[in-house]
Amino acid sequence: MARLHEYQGKQQLSQGGIMIPRGAAANTAEAAYAIAAEIGRPVMVKAQVWVTGRAGIGAIRKAATPEEAALAAEALLGQRIKNLTISEVLVEEQIQIAHEFYAGVIVDDRAQAPLVIFSSVGGTGIEEIAVAHPDKVARSHVNIERGLLDYQARDLVRRTGIGGKLQSQLSELLVKLYQVARTCEARSAEINPLVLTTEDKLVAADCRITVDDYAVFRHPELGIEIAREYDRPPTALEKIAYAIEAQDYRGTFYFIQMAEDFAHGEGYIGFHGAGGGGSMMSMDALLRQGFKVATFVDTSGNPPASKVYRAAKIVLAVGPIDGYFGSGSGVASQEQFYSARGLFKAFLEAQLDVPIVVRLGGNGEDRAVEILEGLNGRIPAPVEGYKKDDSPDFCAQRLATLISEKAERREGEKAERQARDEDAGSSPESLYTFASPTGTVTLNHALCATCTSKVCIEACARHILSLNAEGLPVLNITPEEAKKGRCVECLACEVDCLLYGAGGGRVNLPIEGLASLQPQVKSQQVEG
Amino acid sequence: MAILIDQTKRVLVQGITGREGMARAKLMTEYGTQVIAGVTPGRGGEHVEGVPVYDTVLEAWEQVGPINVSVLFIPAPLVRSAALEAIDAGVKLLVIVPDRVPIYDVLSIAARAKTTGARFIGPNTLGVLSPGKAVLGMMGGRAASAKSWFIPGPVGISSRSGGITSSMAYYLAREGIGATTLVHVGGDAVVGLPHPEVMLEFERDPETKAVVMFGEIGTSQEERVADLIEAGAFTKPLIAYIGGKAAKQGTRFSHAGAIVEGGRGTHEGKVERLRAVGATVVDSFMELPQATKDVLAKIS
Repeated sequence: MARLHEYQGKQQLSQGGIMIPRGAAANTAEAAYAIAAEIGRPVMVKAQVWVTGRAGIGAIRKAATPEEAALAAEALLGQRIKNLTISEVLVEEQIQIAHEFYAGVIVDDRAQAPLVIFSSVGGTGIEEIAVAHPDKVARSHVNIERGLLDYQARDLVRRTGIGGKLQSQLSELLVKLYQVARTCEARSAEINPLVLTTEDKLVAADCRITVDDYAVFRHPELGIEIAREYDRPPTALEKIAYAIEAQDYRGTFYFIQMAEDFAHGEGYIGFHGAGGGGSMMSMDALLRQGFKVATFVDTSGNPPASKVYRAAKIVLAVGPIDGYFGSGSGVASQEQFYSARGLFKAFLEAQLDVPIVVRLGGNGEDRAVEILEGLNGRIPAPVEGYKKDDSPDFCAQRLATLISEKAERREGEKAERQARDEDAGSSPESLYTFASPTGTVTLNHALCATCTSKVCIEACARHILSLNAEGLPVLNITPEEAKKGRCVECLACEVDCLLYGAGGGRVNLPIEGLASLQPQVKSQQVEG
Repeated sequence: MAILIDQTKRVLVQGITGREGMARAKLMTEYGTQVIAGVTPGRGGEHVEGVPVYDTVLEAWEQVGPINVSVLFIPAPLVRSAALEAIDAGVKLLVIVPDRVPIYDVLSIAARAKTTGARFIGPNTLGVLSPGKAVLGMMGGRAASAKSWFIPGPVGISSRSGGITSSMAYYLAREGIGATTLVHVGGDAVVGLPHPEVMLEFERDPETKAVVMFGEIGTSQEERVADLIEAGAFTKPLIAYIGGKAAKQGTRFSHAGAIVEGGRGTHEGKVERLRAVGATVVDSFMELPQATKDVLAKIS
């Protein structure tokens, strides 16, 4: 779930008619000084990081003057708390607290409805308060079609023993909070503490809002960069991966970087799953072999081969892994040879020299394994493909065996590389090129002329290639149609062509930002 | 018998002219499902795989008669509207295949369904399959695969993961254990028919003798199944595996539901709770077939 920073959440509350302390976010000491000067009263300087209990660790500081505010900001900015670096502070006026409450809205999966929670005691330790004093906490489900009605909110507050004018004030606030949560489609929206000031005003002193990832697309106003929850800021690779997913809605590509700065021989494996449940199960099998997981990847939901290729390229960019392990549920509904082609292309380009084991069970598994194992002899690494009758544990054991065998072998002989015969005898005139939805397809007609199988015609998923008068493969649709999606980037015209044809097909699938990120990674990426 | 779907149910496909809708209408029809109509706004009058296409669900109902089930292959942002259309037309069971459906849209669908007595499976579901009878959604991928992978028998299957639904059924079938119905409840945090609801369906089905369940960290579905067993509402033997042991607290994997929130939803919590009420919980997924065999031997 995409989390909003305190100041971003407070902006939403303010727009919803809930009072917040006067203030603004600053990313420099000078900006903090200016904000404090503008407020003209003592302020709080609050680190904008997603951790609880900020006050207890010095991440919230009081400042009586703009000078003090600048000093506090300087001390906080750039500091690390857990995995997070403080890059912004919220500078806001100090408020005079008479009492603290808690108010929250959360989506309750059990009731399939939003749940409004109010506590007459707020502040730190709200979870313990709820357990120790259930009479102080009231909850009520909301009918999503009607919203939270005024009388329901009043009754909620009444149940905690609050009456009179305060009851009205609080119930009005709860109605507004629900509306804010509903408007920004929050999985949860909390105000803690909700402060009653010495001037009898209700002010949201803190705010936590997490937005439903799946709804982020219709909330550009929230400025959410990556609609995913991390317990740290996303890594550069995660940003690149997310951009791929955001731009290509065919199938699912999910990526988490689980390790950074590791070395070869430490047992880190590039893990590439398919389907959430099967992936977690397969990762468990890997852990049981004593490996560590460098990446968690899920490509499922019938993704095109091009997406699986990009996923694999990103896994390979994570660092010096000791092996590559692909495994999902094992009995996939999707056609597995598309995934096999994507992996094939990525491993070939990288000339990967660590063992590869991929469990490709499901529809089209025979073809998938044949394609994948076609890598043997084309790259230094041993490659093994498995099918639905092979368990994740067995496959993980195979990987362990291959890795230990490789370690023994390393001393003496050096694996022989078989470089690709790059565009032999090609001249610019012989290259036939068209755009695919996310890349470029190039058919080297000089090689095609020597091809006897013409496998691309049959293997193309959408049969968009036909032989022209000279017997060379060309589009049988317009280039515009191909780019708009008739070309599904199945990669048959590159991978099957290399395996069963003359090797004249190339599909260039750029990954924005990857090359500049990993200049040290050995790559034989073919450009255009 | 089977639950939720068999060859007598009359099925509508919403989004039938799309890439997935077209492919899966073919799968369902070839497997044995009675696909009687499809709906795509603006495409009324066409045919897909011999199935007539209408502009609205009401029109389909008027033209072909009562509809028992609607399967949705609709882009996520449009699911809410399509689901409400089906519910308002009187369809009592929906299968919502797409993922990434916004959660408040799901809550809206749930609220409307409750008022009319309709139910929905998903979102983010591979579907439901009763071996030898009929399939809803995309389970099996191809009819020929679905026919060879899944066999009829005495076990009910319920799973939080789509791929695992197929693989559980396949690995059981390989050991000669068939299934009444396979249900993928859907991978999201809020789903229409979570595990406990599926268990109650299996409880009512006389042919289901035992249930195999794939649970995951996050949500309270598995704990609620334990509650049902404790309360005597679900009495058939349950064999379960809970995935996600390796997941760190707070780390989220691709299923939106796989979130560890507070004390609820942890791997240990689910395993302990299920074992405490007498369910068989295996530590390794591949132990499921043998454990199921043992349980079936005991009750026969």
